[in-house]
Amino acid sequence: MFYGSVSSYALDWFMAVDTGAKKVLDQDYPSTLESVDLAEGDILKAAEVVGFDEDDQHKIGMSVRECMVNAVVHGNKYNRNKSVHVSVSTAADKFMIGITDQGEGFDLQEVPDPLHDNNLLRHSGRGLFLMGAFMDDVKVRRAEPSGTEVTLVKNIGPQA
Amino acid sequence: MSVKLTTRQVGDVSVIDVSGRITLGEGSSALRDVLRELTAKGNKKILLNLGEVTYIDSSGIGELVSGFTTVANQGGTLKLLSLTKRVKDLLQITKLYTVFDVHEDEAHAIRSFA
Repeated sequence: MFYGSVSSYALDWFMAVDTGAKKVLDQDYPSTLESVDLAEGDILKAAEVVGFDEDDQHKIGMSVRECMVNAVVHGNKYNRNKSVHVSVSTAADKFMIGITDQGEGFDLQEVPDPLHDNNLLRHSGRGLFLMGAFMDDVKVRRAEPSGTEVTLVKNIGPQA
Repeated sequence: MSVKLTTRQVGDVSVIDVSGRITLGEGSSALRDVLRELTAKGNKKILLNLGEVTYIDSSGIGELVSGFTTVANQGGTLKLLSLTKRVKDLLQITKLYTVFDVHEDEAHAIRSFA
């Protein structure tokens, strides 16, 4: 459903076309669990400035947390020589978050559906699903030369 | 606020009062340790009171599921008490709400183990 790929860097495209978008965060975080909290906090500050209510802030924060955990734990595997790049862009109608790890990447087709009866009692595997449930759009693509870039989009205003 | 867990006994039911955040790391491992300790002691009726849980992520949900299956594999039952709206919403969208036996009233939950 939310699984999709984009043919070019979504955030770069967003910035390149005339959307009036403004980049408000552009930072590398080390591959640690502390970075999960830091990135969530930094992005929530930006979300608060945009004017998202408490419920939307919770959804954005949780999606960022799930994405950062995937990047640190599964992507970079806590490798201290690898970092997670996080960027946030805002426009009049969209709040876009890009989170890119330097891992080996993964095949979306091989991610089990957490809602399938056979998978309901699995310990893990719900992170991507929750991002899709809480954000208006989620895109996943392989980054170059390696890694995974996830773009999380929350609409602003009446369309939200 | 990190997670805080307190265990008390009500009859033959072990009630775990959980407060704070159940997230990857300390929060989820603390819950795992308490559940393992109780099952190792042979406690088969466990009620997890989540009324003061402010935040739970997918790792925390995973620990709830693991706890549920661990207790069940020992011949016991794990039930949930006092879900906050956000925890309830999470369990509903992950289709886990119907997997767990969820109660709002502690006395009613205790009686349901009989």
